[in-house]
Amino acid sequence: MARTNQPFSASARAVRLLGAAALMAGTMMAGAASAQSVPESDEPIKLTINDWTGQEITTRIMGGVLEEMGYEVEYVQADYLAQFAGLESGDLTVAMEIWETTGKDALKEAVATGKVEDLGETGLEAKEEWWYPSYVKEQCPGLPDWKALNECAELFASPQTSPKGRYLGGPVTWGGHDEERIEALGLDFEVIHAGTDAALMAEIQSAYQRQKPILAWVYAPHWAPIRFEGEWVEFPEYEDACYNDPSWGTNEDMAYDCGKPYGWVKKVAWKGGEEVWPAAYQAIRNFKLTNEDSGDLIGKVDVDGMPLQAAVDEWMKNNEDTWKSWIPQN
Amino acid sequence: MSITATDSTSRHPAIRSTTLFWGAALAGLVVLFVVASQFPVLDDPRREFLLPFARWISDGMDFLVDDLSFGLFTFEDLTRAIAFVLSLPLLALTSLLASGWTLPFSEIEVAPLPWFAVVAAMVFMGWRIGGGKLAALMFASFAYLAIFDQWQSAMITLSSVLVAVPIGIVFGLGLGILAYKHSGSERVISPLLDLMQTVPVFAYLLPVLVLFGFGQVSAMIATIIYAMPPMVRVTIVALRSVPGDLLEFGDMAGCTARQMLWRIELPAARDSLMVGVNQVVMLSLNMVIIASMIGAGGLGRDVLTSLKRLAIGDALEAGVAITLLAIAIDRLSQAFANRARMKRPKRSQDRTRVPLSTPAGFVAILLIGALITALAPSLAIYPRALVLDTGPFWDELIRLINVHLYDTLDAIKAFLLIWVMIPLKRLLVEAPWMAVAAGVALIGWRLSGLRLAATLFAMAAFIAFTGNWEKAMISVYLCGTSVVIACLIGIPIGVWSAASARARGVISVVIDTLQTLPSFVYLIPVVMLFQVGDFSAMIAIVLYALAPAVRYTDHGLRQVPGETIEAATMAGCTPAQILWRVKLPLATPHIMLGVNQTIMMALSMLVITALVGTSDLGQEVYIALTRANVGMGIVAGLCVAFLAMTADRLIGAWAAERRRRLHLA
Repeated sequence: MARTNQPFSASARAVRLLGAAALMAGTMMAGAASAQSVPESDEPIKLTINDWTGQEITTRIMGGVLEEMGYEVEYVQADYLAQFAGLESGDLTVAMEIWETTGKDALKEAVATGKVEDLGETGLEAKEEWWYPSYVKEQCPGLPDWKALNECAELFASPQTSPKGRYLGGPVTWGGHDEERIEALGLDFEVIHAGTDAALMAEIQSAYQRQKPILAWVYAPHWAPIRFEGEWVEFPEYEDACYNDPSWGTNEDMAYDCGKPYGWVKKVAWKGGEEVWPAAYQAIRNFKLTNEDSGDLIGKVDVDGMPLQAAVDEWMKNNEDTWKSWIPQN
Repeated sequence: MSITATDSTSRHPAIRSTTLFWGAALAGLVVLFVVASQFPVLDDPRREFLLPFARWISDGMDFLVDDLSFGLFTFEDLTRAIAFVLSLPLLALTSLLASGWTLPFSEIEVAPLPWFAVVAAMVFMGWRIGGGKLAALMFASFAYLAIFDQWQSAMITLSSVLVAVPIGIVFGLGLGILAYKHSGSERVISPLLDLMQTVPVFAYLLPVLVLFGFGQVSAMIATIIYAMPPMVRVTIVALRSVPGDLLEFGDMAGCTARQMLWRIELPAARDSLMVGVNQVVMLSLNMVIIASMIGAGGLGRDVLTSLKRLAIGDALEAGVAITLLAIAIDRLSQAFANRARMKRPKRSQDRTRVPLSTPAGFVAILLIGALITALAPSLAIYPRALVLDTGPFWDELIRLINVHLYDTLDAIKAFLLIWVMIPLKRLLVEAPWMAVAAGVALIGWRLSGLRLAATLFAMAAFIAFTGNWEKAMISVYLCGTSVVIACLIGIPIGVWSAASARARGVISVVIDTLQTLPSFVYLIPVVMLFQVGDFSAMIAIVLYALAPAVRYTDHGLRQVPGETIEAATMAGCTPAQILWRVKLPLATPHIMLGVNQTIMMALSMLVITALVGTSDLGQEVYIALTRANVGMGIVAGLCVAFLAMTADRLIGAWAAERRRRLHLA
């Protein structure tokens, strides 16, 4: 697979077939890339846009910085997990948010192919846990302690799950070990998986409008915990041992008897790009954003209805020192 | 199946043997049911023995991508070259319509065509081809795009449709001609078409992505695969129905095979071919949302991101834009076909006038528009202040329904779930595969013969031995319930529509909208009202699959000859008797075709309802897509296709059998 190590983009590679002249041109271009002036190449850097607002904000900020540096930037709509296929082949260059909680295995697999590179953490911290709206506390005063859940199981029940409570989990592909958690902690609940983020949020919004009890998977940074007033259930705090060692925690025989871990959010890129745009890759490595900034921006876009690009531009204007520090000097 | 049981004509001597046969068959199946559940291989072979089809397909894919080489270039180079070639016209059109472009060898930026020029040009074309009414439709659709701030996205969508449609037509026509000329190739093409139409799109999205790269081109290729089959089928049928005397005339005039095709057969089949063109257009626009999941952008993306934010009103506005584009292009192509038909006899004198001036006028309007914006660039963009936003209205409407009607809806839901859906699901999931497969094969044998029985059994065995039996049965339960409900609602509406012209007008608008409006748009409101689960999935399937049940019933009833009804009236039948004793029996073949189509559409919705959260084959395909598992996706997709084919073959055989009997009687 020597081919993938060459810094040809997909289209440049296709041109190669059209004639020897094009091949020559491509080689010369690759030669030019080794010269150390930024931008090293006119080839567009392709940043992926997934389907949640926070990710698009992060991506547009990075894209804005790369454009400031003089690079050609292209945004490509891609599915969160399907994008790894594109990152391996070089069709896509960078994915700005791979969450430990949902993308750890896919990332590990992709890095193992040798074609994908881990560019480090974004500084964001993924929080995901069982969540309920504040008004539920009136009917179930023991919350947020997880031990109160069983007393209120009926409150959350539906005809399909009754007498057990209904916990609305994320899509199956998100993982999360909720079935195991329920068994290990002896909870009288059943997991119903939403098919997509949108379906999950639709049901939460519906219950919230009617002020009816609901227990669901909510994560941050996301607009839901900003728009809806609510709290996270407090499970025994996560430790690595809880997931790996059955004897840890209240249940001697089973793992997963604790809450979910906080997770990193990483930037991931096509390895071949390192040689094409070295300075750009350095800038992407340096990218750091806080949960507060991200949550704030998401709230502006999804709750206040501000156009996304306007919110990003405003942030760029007000935080020039922050993003300028990502650009490598020399 | 009850259909077959009620079918036997009374007082027929064969009835006793038929009853005996089915009695024995039923007893045999019950025994099999009990016995098979004791043996895992007969019950559900998932844990005992599996054929690793999924792994074979994934390995085959890896081979194609990584190792296959033709010496000078690899297979991947080839697919990438194709993608590159396809990207050129796409790039040209998007630059022209949406993004603007830079003049070659200079720094001069040219703006995209301004909205008012495109609107004016479309109105002009509508007026020339179809008169005032079509012009009004063009104005309404394209002005909507500007007024509701959908212009930019709509132009991106339009460009990819404008590239995909001609390619779909050309390849469809080519394959159709091939199948028509060489019956040998038809034996390969025909089952391939079955698969292309029934394997869910998600199943082949991933291989397309891997081979052709991320972005608009892959989305377009998937669109072409999805939209092409009707064109092939229509071409075959149309060429076959060219009158024999025309062909004889060609032979006598000494036409070569090529002249015969281009000068005689294709022109004679033109009207029917237009039906295929229309289908390609409609299906291409159906794919807009799914295409946007792999990088197509445009209106589909707007729908998806709006739904992510739960901005249902915004999603609806973008969805309606897709519907309007579909209807506008559809009516335009129909008018074009009609005009071609009407003008043909006096073609020679028309040639100088019409074909020249319509395109010329169209281009002239666009050029004038481009010139105006070059002088006054601010006119190119529709003024923000004049944009309408109905989003808040829809959001509030959904909120009101949610707050005030939820309890009533919830009661209906609980009733149906507890008394119908859950018991049916348990029955199907717990039945051993061997018993179900044997039962289906038995019905196939009685209806048609051993060959059908063997085919049906083989398809069931594939599903069972690839480990998808339980998921397939959940799909059957979900689609089965939905199809029954869709028929219970759709057929009476069809009867009503056939009886009253006024009702028909309203009904056809509603049905058209339901079919072209992307189902995602109503999926999320449905979840808000009915929660995540099978019930929401069922509602979405019913909404989508309703249309053919209504249409075919209406069509079938209208086809009943007037003299038959007159004769019945003279014989003193009441209107109710005419409906039940005369019209409905005569319309049954049409209605069954509608039921067949309803089943097909229900199955094609399975993948979409996976987004709500089901646990069937659709979910399996969706999970395979998100995990980038090519083999798993294709195998699950094939299982869906086999379910569709089983239903199709059974209904086909039943209809043939019934026709035979009616004939004999």
